[in-house]
Amino acid sequence: MASAAPAVIISVRDLVNRFGPQTVHDGVSFDVHAGEVFGIVGGSGSGKSVLLKTMLGLRKPDSGVVEVDGRDITCVSDRELREVKRRYGVTFQHGALFTSLTVTENVILPMVELLDLDEATLQSLAELRLRMVGLPVAAGAKFPAQLSGGMIKRAALARALALDPALLFLDEPTAGLDPIAAAAFDDLVLYLRRTLGLTVVMVTHDLDTLARTCDRVAVLVDGKVIVDTLPGIVRNEHPWIREYFHGARGRLMAAAGEGA
Amino acid sequence: MPKSSAFQARVDVAEGRLSLAGDCRAADLGTLEAALREWAGAGSRSVDLSAAGGFDIGPAWLLRRAMADAATAPAVSGPLPAHFAYLDEMLDGASARTADIAPRPRQPAGLVRLGRALEVRGESWYEALTYGGKLISTAGSAWRSWKHLRIPSVVRHAYETGYQAVPVVAVIAFLISVISAYISAQQLRPYGGEIYTVDIVALGVLRELGVLLTAIMVAGRTGSAYAAELGVMKLNDEVDALESMGINPYEVLVLPRVLGLIVVLPLLTIVADFMGLFGGAMLTRYLIDLPWPQFYMRLDEAIAPTTFWAGLVKAPVFGLLIGLTGTLRGLQVRESSRELGRLTTVAVVQSIFLVIFADALFAIFFLEIDF
Repeated sequence: MASAAPAVIISVRDLVNRFGPQTVHDGVSFDVHAGEVFGIVGGSGSGKSVLLKTMLGLRKPDSGVVEVDGRDITCVSDRELREVKRRYGVTFQHGALFTSLTVTENVILPMVELLDLDEATLQSLAELRLRMVGLPVAAGAKFPAQLSGGMIKRAALARALALDPALLFLDEPTAGLDPIAAAAFDDLVLYLRRTLGLTVVMVTHDLDTLARTCDRVAVLVDGKVIVDTLPGIVRNEHPWIREYFHGARGRLMAAAGEGA
Repeated sequence: MPKSSAFQARVDVAEGRLSLAGDCRAADLGTLEAALREWAGAGSRSVDLSAAGGFDIGPAWLLRRAMADAATAPAVSGPLPAHFAYLDEMLDGASARTADIAPRPRQPAGLVRLGRALEVRGESWYEALTYGGKLISTAGSAWRSWKHLRIPSVVRHAYETGYQAVPVVAVIAFLISVISAYISAQQLRPYGGEIYTVDIVALGVLRELGVLLTAIMVAGRTGSAYAAELGVMKLNDEVDALESMGINPYEVLVLPRVLGLIVVLPLLTIVADFMGLFGGAMLTRYLIDLPWPQFYMRLDEAIAPTTFWAGLVKAPVFGLLIGLTGTLRGLQVRESSRELGRLTTVAVVQSIFLVIFADALFAIFFLEIDF
């Protein structure tokens, strides 16, 4: 583990999530440290999305504790939960941009709702966010349906950054992007992390993204979680993890494991 | 996490100096914006950041822009926000000003707007016509085999739009007929002609009210459902997926729905007719003491053999109109959730309009041929 004790920004303890007779999470515990990129991987149906929803405070777990900035979001008032929510930004798997609004309107929506600013300032801040994620300013006037997949991901990130979050949740940020666009997105995440000191939690299946961006990785398997640095995870002997990283598509990852 | 202290912004108007203190977070954007506006009014000559803490990137951007907008570069005391370096890097090569944002398009003049509106109208009629044509050709080829007619699908839509609508159609027909019978009886009483209430109710229900009310109910229930179902499928690319498999979406999605309605609307009309007459009989029984057998005899005299059919033949036409409008509007949904709502509304309004319009044409036609 890391040598100096890093600040913990999210702390998940003994999380249990059930759907009827099916237990998705059976005592999941891990910490996310400030300033790191934290990857979450797992097979289909292993509960990645449920875990993300629980960490966002959108779903109450059946038992367990999720602390964000030291506040247990599983049992706080709605007002406090809203305060916590202002501290993070989220991008959803398919962007979840509001299709009836332009990109600019999407980006400024959180600011319009939560702050009292005039139109010129909002436009200027929208421009900032678009520039930050590398979108041309002209893209602001377009509707989501007119954007390519890569641009939708970037626009979603621009909206997630609107309120200067300290914490960023990304759900499958590079799924459906070509390798070049995916690499550019990885660079962007790293760049924002480096310059803004963001903490990033991302769910991803993209092994390249995992290798390039993530400091530590949590693997959800059998309702439990295994957290380690990437080389540590790659060397893990669990059969599913071996298959994941050393299967036909994971050979590149083996190099990462030996290199460390 | 750095220790946070409350953000303060002060403007010395006489000196043109802006003093910022404490951490400036995204939540402080409003305060900062007001101060910057005042500062710009005072000539923005100098800025004092010696007491300022950390800046979020949004506030840093606004401050940087205000400083860039000043006529002469303002004198700075204290350290600049750390994010300025990042912003410089980001804007490297790009203009720091916001002037290069494309201006909003101007509202076109009246005549241009009228022309565009007409063009949109024309296109919409053209689209409706081609749609009808495609559907006819699809129906023509589908007739050839049982498989392509998709009987199970037709039955499912008939069940959903017909069987499940029976209660509401029955209750509405009953109530409307009771109301019209009540009003007629009131009006006819001074002339001693209450018995003609039966004629009015029977003719009204069988020729017009039964079928018209049923069609309007179905337009509201099913027209909207068709438009919303197909609209969501369109938004999810499901229609394109069908087409890519070489399956004709008209045959799979549209034809069963339209056929279902054509089959079901006459059946619902029969239910409505029956319930309407039943309502009329009930009311005359209790309001003008007309016993059931006499109601029946009077009914027999009042209606011609064709009266019932004059109402019923309209039902399949109405079903066709509702089905076509609902599915067409659903398939026109593109791109956004707002379109979905708009076109669902349009589907209901237009199908009700078309039903009433067609009913008027039928009335004139029946009058001419003395049906």
